[in-house]
Amino acid sequence: MPQESDDMQTTADSIRKSNIRTTLAVSNKRTPAAAMTAEACECAVIRSKNFSLYYGSKAGVKNITMDIYPCSVTAIIGPSGCGKSTFLRSINRMNDLIPHVRTEGRLAVDGHDIYDKRTNLVNLRQQVGMVFQKPNPFPKSIFDNVAYGPNLQGVRRKDELQHIVEQSLRGAALWDEVKDDLKKSALALSGGQQQRLCIARALATRPRVLLMDEPCSALDPIATGRIEDLMGQLQSTYTIVIVTHNMQQAARVSERAAFFCLGELIEYDHTSKIFSNPGKKETEDYVTGRFG
Amino acid sequence: MSNAQISLTLEPAADTRRPMALTPGEDFRGYLASHLGRAVLFLMTFTSVLAVLLILLFVILRSFSFLSGYSLVEFLASRDWRPTAESPVFGSLAIIVGSLYVSFAALLFAVPLGVLAAVFLSDILSWKARNVVKPVVEILAAIPSVAYGFFAVLVLAPWMQKHLGLSTGTNALNASLILAIMALPTIISVAEDSISAIGRELREASYSCGATRMETMIKVIIPAAHSGIIAAVVLGMMRAIGETMVVWMASGNATQIPHPWWDVSQSIRTMTATIAGEMGEAPEDSEHRGALFAIGVLLLILTFSLNIVSEYFLSRAKKATGKT
Repeated sequence: MPQESDDMQTTADSIRKSNIRTTLAVSNKRTPAAAMTAEACECAVIRSKNFSLYYGSKAGVKNITMDIYPCSVTAIIGPSGCGKSTFLRSINRMNDLIPHVRTEGRLAVDGHDIYDKRTNLVNLRQQVGMVFQKPNPFPKSIFDNVAYGPNLQGVRRKDELQHIVEQSLRGAALWDEVKDDLKKSALALSGGQQQRLCIARALATRPRVLLMDEPCSALDPIATGRIEDLMGQLQSTYTIVIVTHNMQQAARVSERAAFFCLGELIEYDHTSKIFSNPGKKETEDYVTGRFG
Repeated sequence: MSNAQISLTLEPAADTRRPMALTPGEDFRGYLASHLGRAVLFLMTFTSVLAVLLILLFVILRSFSFLSGYSLVEFLASRDWRPTAESPVFGSLAIIVGSLYVSFAALLFAVPLGVLAAVFLSDILSWKARNVVKPVVEILAAIPSVAYGFFAVLVLAPWMQKHLGLSTGTNALNASLILAIMALPTIISVAEDSISAIGRELREASYSCGATRMETMIKVIIPAAHSGIIAAVVLGMMRAIGETMVVWMASGNATQIPHPWWDVSQSIRTMTATIAGEMGEAPEDSEHRGALFAIGVLLLILTFSLNIVSEYFLSRAKKATGKT
């Protein structure tokens, strides 16, 4: 069956492309059936199936079913309070910090249901890094900020840390600006630099997935432009999911876009289609600015 | 359209309008209210400041005759305190050491306990439970110190004699333990405030790097809150050093420096207890009374400098968290 071997080849390529360094333990024990479905969906990294999350009795997101593909940028757009951030934060279980949160359905990263009781949150969060809305560097030196994650992973050797810090800062396009004062406090950097530092900090744990929760909303247009350029570079290695209020931004950076409204996924498709020829009325109203 | 116009144009009520100029001639009532209010508030603030200044002045003046007539070196360096002897000696070293001794020993118990309790309250206990437990902890500060003193003398002292085999139950250990309990509410409360003030952003940043709760606490939150925690410790120290009744009742009041220095089972005497205990027996205008006031000056210097230190760290903590 030449068709199947072609598919296998594609899968292998996309795995290589996605630069996996470590995988969640459970994903190694893939059954043939699971492998089949994985092929069928071009090996989605994140698979959400009827996933709902409730704060107490109030639903944050309802019945989300979507697959997020590796080595691309996926944008989540929608009006305020529609559950974009909630969904994003579900992917690395950041919502666990909020009391009375309950989930239903399945949300899998690398084939592993992350809401399984046995999920190791430390491993999950090392594979699914996050950049927040407001730059939130630690009140430590630039070096210590980036070395934080590797340090937790047990990297102690100075030269190894040095290497990771440099690679991460280069990856976040910040190295040239800070290479001479890595000992300086991170709080002395500008807002845009701080946000790139936070990206570097997330990259330093060597994640597969990078979640970005409105990463540019606190930044000026120049800093925003730099972060967007950065996303363009990072998508060859990482799976990026970005929540944004800025539709131009979504159109510029993303390959696929999901439109959320009132906690539900209304439409999910290629970004070009969402913006030029949306399938649903609500999506059209939103992207053309008639609503939201 | 016309409706909107009507609702937008609000006619000024002529009779309630008052002159713009706030002078006695133009608007007497307004002038009076504004300036009288200022004057009253100023006076009240000034009274408390004045009280502090007067106390300072009074204590310094009353100690002046003693300090000018007595050798300062002997006052600070001698450990003999014999105010009622034939030829009285006023060496306060043992008393100063006693005060510092019980305070530091109290901190040794109270700081680890207090900081851990603060961490527990801010990050481990649920918000609801915290709102119950924190006020209860703060009530500890409302118990009169004489009640703590009774507990020290009637419960802790006999217990120590019986179970630890000490010759006396009123000793440095007893006083330190009680002082620790009394300093705890201050330390817990201030430290908890500063740990909570760090906010969710840094915690989330740390968790998202794959840190556990303990790693987040030790590597991020406590370092970020360190100014507030130091302030908490200094405030607790102030409480311990200024405390009188408990140490008077629990310390045994022996003017000596423990030997060996770590032997907490020996009795000790503090500056506050010395002043409280001897002021009534020292004749007016005597050298003895002057010496007590001189100890008072030392005590004031000590607490004022601790106060300045704690203010410094509290203001740094506020700056660090960006809250004023």
